[in-house]
Amino acid sequence: MAETGSPSVLRFENVTVSFDGEAVLRDVSFEAFEGESRVILGAAGSGKTVLLKTALGLVQPDSGRVLVFGKDLGKMREGQLFDIRSRIGMVFQESALFDSLNIEENVAYPLRNQKSIRCPAGEVHGRVEQALDFVELGGTLEKFPAELSGGMRRRAAIARAVVTAPPLVLYDSPSAGLDPITAHTIMALLIKERDMTQTTTILVTYRYQDGNLMANFRYNSKQGRLEPARHSDGPLPCTTFMVLREGRLVFEGDQDRLESTADEYISKFCKHRE
Amino acid sequence: MLDLLKEPVLAVQEFVVLAGRAFQNIFRKPHYFDDVILQMDTIGVGSLVVVVLVGLFSGVVMALQMSRALAQYGEVEKTGTLVAITLARELGPVLTAIMMAGRNSSGIASELGSMKVTEQIDAMRALGTDPIQKLVTPRLVATCFMLPLLTVIADFVGLFGGWVIAIVKLHLTSRLYWTSSWQALEWNDVAQGLIKPLVFAVVVSLIGCFYGLRASGGTQGVGRATTQAMVAATIMIFITDVMITEMFVSQGVS
Ligand SMILES: Nc1ncnc2c1ncn2[C@@H]1O[C@H](COP(=O)(O)OP(=O)(O)O)[C@@H](O)[C@H]1O
Ligand SMILES: [Mg+2]
Repeated sequence: MAETGSPSVLRFENVTVSFDGEAVLRDVSFEAFEGESRVILGAAGSGKTVLLKTALGLVQPDSGRVLVFGKDLGKMREGQLFDIRSRIGMVFQESALFDSLNIEENVAYPLRNQKSIRCPAGEVHGRVEQALDFVELGGTLEKFPAELSGGMRRRAAIARAVVTAPPLVLYDSPSAGLDPITAHTIMALLIKERDMTQTTTILVTYRYQDGNLMANFRYNSKQGRLEPARHSDGPLPCTTFMVLREGRLVFEGDQDRLESTADEYISKFCKHRE
Repeated sequence: MLDLLKEPVLAVQEFVVLAGRAFQNIFRKPHYFDDVILQMDTIGVGSLVVVVLVGLFSGVVMALQMSRALAQYGEVEKTGTLVAITLARELGPVLTAIMMAGRNSSGIASELGSMKVTEQIDAMRALGTDPIQKLVTPRLVATCFMLPLLTVIADFVGLFGGWVIAIVKLHLTSRLYWTSSWQALEWNDVAQGLIKPLVFAVVVSLIGCFYGLRASGGTQGVGRATTQAMVAATIMIFITDVMITEMFVSQGVS
């Protein structure tokens, strides 16, 4: 829930998005604050991807406002949008690595191309290696995306999204299409990134387990693995759940409220708690 | 009826916007010179063999056909003249451009189309680059350099093909063939022969990019975009060819 005092990172005000006259997001409003984790659940086609693209300014809303770090995207020119986007990391659903570039060039891409990042050319290689080590993918610098497995591509995409150390990271179904073990390691990386850098994290998924991990586990950097949050000291990471249904936001609240809801569509998502 | 027209009108509007931004970006930073060079290589050097073959055979065929027609008037020695004029004005530019439409409009459409459906275009924008600047403008510039160059190559190879026929089949002298073809060319033939490929280059590259960037619906959509790009580029080559030819003819310089 909203931590009072934390600045707003992402705010949707009555946002409606339509394609060819058909609304895919309908009157969506919510606000995410700094340091918070958000899990957006929804069936395929419910508008999860469109929501993230709208937050990045890649898709223009037909009505309503989108504010990122308190700034209205609708009032920005393309150049200013690029500045805002350089402060947001995005992991696309199927990784969206550039096929024609190898992994090193892919991860270096935002460092070289984001104007507001201004990474000196001499530091690029080091930062790329560091980001790839973070996702445990060192040694694949020369490989091309087509040579990697789905899970490795997902890791490379995470490295590319966080190499610039953005304060907000968006993940579009990072575990979709992966086997359960790989899906778990990807989620572990996500939580590692969140806990080691305190980034605001927005996770879109159709798997409730992912949300559950987000809400109840934290990364133990000494042991290098996830552990249940209640066993460790320090404040719990604040996780808010949202449920999208056919473009409408039908639920917003914490995990307990989500699990106690009577609505059939919503409770379908949390039946499979691990 | 109005609904039927809405789609194509919107598409044309979208195309004009894309073209406008692609041209604007030529004069704007950042410039992706590496990409221009890379595209020159794939578009230009990659098409060389096929363009040489097409040029050669069109010269051969023209010489054969023209010699028969000219024989009726007893003017076989003018074969060089006709081959040179038809190649420079029409066949060189049009055939080269059609080969480029088949090879590069479709190639560009499928490359950008697969980038579109796998969200690489979105990723590009998310990571600080304008896809038009990074993808469309380099292809436009590279094609505008390479297509005229390839056309000139096709013209010369075609003349050479005509020469082979003139010597082997028509028993003309080399000297006669080359002087008659050389003298036949006036500056406006040359102008036509260079303006056409420049316009065709814009058509070939931008139509490929246009269909690629609006691809949707997975691999099927990419396939559709590829075919559409090739067909549209070919048709537009003929339409613009008629328009340019008409301009030259009606100026009375032709
Ligand atoms: N660029 C687009 N053009 C037209 N329709 C789109 C586009 N992007 C998404 N849609 C439609 O919007 C709806 C929501 O899509 P999406 O956000 O991708 O769903 P998901 O929740 O599975 O990520 C779908 O019905 C999809 O067909
Ligand atoms: Mg999606």
